[in-house]
Amino acid sequence: MRHTLSIIVANQPGELSRIVGLFSARGFNIETISVGSTLDPHWSRVTIVTRGEDRTIQQIVKQCERLARVREVQDVTTRPHIEREMALITVAACAGAERQEVLSLVSVFRAKVVDISHTHVIVEASGNKEKVDTFIELLRPIGITDITRTGHIAINRLAAQIAPVEELEDELISQL
Amino acid sequence: MIAEQLIEKAGKQPEPSPPLAQHPTGAQILIEALCFEGVDAIFGYPGGAVLHIYDELWRARERITHYLVRHEQGAVHMAEGYARATGRVGVVLVTSGPGATNAVTGIANAYMDSTPIVVITGQVPRHLIGTDAFQEVDTVGITRPCVKHNYLVREAHDLGAVVREAFHLARTGRPGPVVIDIPKDVTAARASYSRLNHVSFPFTATRQKPQQQVVAKAVTTILNSRRPILYVGGGIVNSGAGESLRAFAEELQLPVAPTLMGLGGFESGHPLCLGMLGMHGTYAANMSVAESDLLIAVGVRFDDRVTGKLATFAPQASIIHVDIDPANIGKNVAPTLSIAGDAQAVLTEFLSFTKQVSPQVLDESLNARESWWKKIRAWQRSQPLRFSGSQSQIKPQAVIRELHQLTKGEAIITTDVGQHQMWVAQFYPFTRTRQLITSGGLGTMGFGLPAAVGAQLAYPGQLVIAVVGDGGFQMTNQELATAVQYNLPVKILIMNNGYLGMVRQWQEMFYDRTYSEVDISVAPDFVKLAEAYGAAGFRATHPDELHDVLKAALDHKGVAVIDIVVSKEENVFPIVPAGANANDMIVQNDGA
Repeated sequence: MRHTLSIIVANQPGELSRIVGLFSARGFNIETISVGSTLDPHWSRVTIVTRGEDRTIQQIVKQCERLARVREVQDVTTRPHIEREMALITVAACAGAERQEVLSLVSVFRAKVVDISHTHVIVEASGNKEKVDTFIELLRPIGITDITRTGHIAINRLAAQIAPVEELEDELISQL
Repeated sequence: MIAEQLIEKAGKQPEPSPPLAQHPTGAQILIEALCFEGVDAIFGYPGGAVLHIYDELWRARERITHYLVRHEQGAVHMAEGYARATGRVGVVLVTSGPGATNAVTGIANAYMDSTPIVVITGQVPRHLIGTDAFQEVDTVGITRPCVKHNYLVREAHDLGAVVREAFHLARTGRPGPVVIDIPKDVTAARASYSRLNHVSFPFTATRQKPQQQVVAKAVTTILNSRRPILYVGGGIVNSGAGESLRAFAEELQLPVAPTLMGLGGFESGHPLCLGMLGMHGTYAANMSVAESDLLIAVGVRFDDRVTGKLATFAPQASIIHVDIDPANIGKNVAPTLSIAGDAQAVLTEFLSFTKQVSPQVLDESLNARESWWKKIRAWQRSQPLRFSGSQSQIKPQAVIRELHQLTKGEAIITTDVGQHQMWVAQFYPFTRTRQLITSGGLGTMGFGLPAAVGAQLAYPGQLVIAVVGDGGFQMTNQELATAVQYNLPVKILIMNNGYLGMVRQWQEMFYDRTYSEVDISVAPDFVKLAEAYGAAGFRATHPDELHDVLKAALDHKGVAVIDIVVSKEENVFPIVPAGANANDMIVQNDGA
């Protein structure tokens, strides 16, 4: 099963590799990983998406918690959370019908054009994994020449049960 | 509670230290910080990257004694022997590059056997890190998977706090090795240091008392069980829970099966003790586990050498798992009830709850388990540990029995890994914690001799004996020089069969007697080798001389090597083949 782990670790050299080592030692592939500082710059949040049996993941969580510089480990998969990732996609699209198609997809997916040349367009898309995947799939026939993705970041939902705007967007997209 | 007392001790170091310069060097800070932790012995080997430290160490030699080893692996095993014998943190100092890589086997060994050590490694100067400089390796990277924590110290003013935390991490919770890697220029740089340097450790677990309702549930489960067994391991030794374990087991008349690491945690000769369980455990211990309805696992990690095939391990049993490391719980088996806590604290709670149980309930529980004990006693009678004697050849098991008698069961014994280790576990009944110092988890050949040197240093007045094989002995025998140099009168008993015995046994039993690369009969004359090192050498080749030779060697005042030429193709029984379970146990050779 797919798990998204959110780990708060001291913002110091070498700490990330301790965490990553727990995965590689078991031959687990990390699907995505992203790291950035938290509100307190002494601490970083590492978001890791991986696949594995629930029990093995629980074991990794416990071993992560045992690390001297790890403050908190959450398997956010087990609770309401919001996940996002961003992708930068270079599409070969000359002026004309192809470029128009790209631009209309950009508009539907609320993506952005961030660079453009006579022959190519770079677009920026963000959302949950499904949205970004769908966007890429729709662009693929036009001719993608390069993709870079940030990997997931995740945050717990607020306690109040109000559906956030993005969720509604996602629903709209999924209806398309 | 021992660990806490040691912290207390470390915090209130009474030794008056000479006044420090206002801005001492990194090396001076390191020495001061070590003194502050109560360190009085370091095992080490100098080299370029640690020259500044060795310079200061020489000046501080009245306060800290340095023991010069002959190979860095030996230094770490000595620190482990010292730590395992005392419960204190063992300290190692080695240089960068090969100094650090030679130490890795010992560090991994300490990690697997939860031994508190701090290993200080030199590193190339900061500006050379990452340039493939002379004797540079990424020590922090290489040791990362086999330490509790490690540090690359970037500033001299961090040293005090790093040392403080390193010792704290090494000895608290589940103990283990901590590595401090210090670039050479950091040891020369000047910084301020205060002995009152306060460091807080926000995330290290403290010894919490288990919740009362969990304790109640556990004890009730035990009282209601019909076929319970206590499965106890190294956690008993590390937390000093021997007394509590005995009191609890006696109160409820529970059978006890220690692991290899748990030997001595419960007195082997005690009527409740079934002997070691696992691959080479006793028939009674393994059958009891196989048929138990409740496994009370304390300070253990369900190692594969204990469980065999997990799916059929203790198939009818509910499991109560107590361990200080939450990551051990649920790792190999899913317990019915688990307590992440210190063995001593939890067993004390168990006992005090049991004392509140009405005598009537207690009696009922004991009576209901009478048939269980009858069954266990029958297993013990039908398949005791045994071996066939010989008039012409010395049997290795007989050597251990003789050793036990001559030492009145009181010696501290260290071992390597292999057949001799199992015979020690089977035939030397240990009576107290920290009496057996063996390489359990990693299974390191060459551990015994240096570990004995470390233990002897901790207890100069006691008889310390390394029981080793002829293979393992040759992996670290250079440490004989260390033992002789510091007059640490260890006795090294070599069970010499000219084979890598355990591998040969497996080849005999599971590979159609194809003895592939296990013949090590081309070896030095161990008596002459001992004499070459300035130690005494003894040899016994016939059963008739075993007693006298052993006695003479043990009575010898200095370092002694005892070459006992034993029967070549003896096997360790019982054996549960790897990946099998108790019912597949082979108790004796065919026809033997």
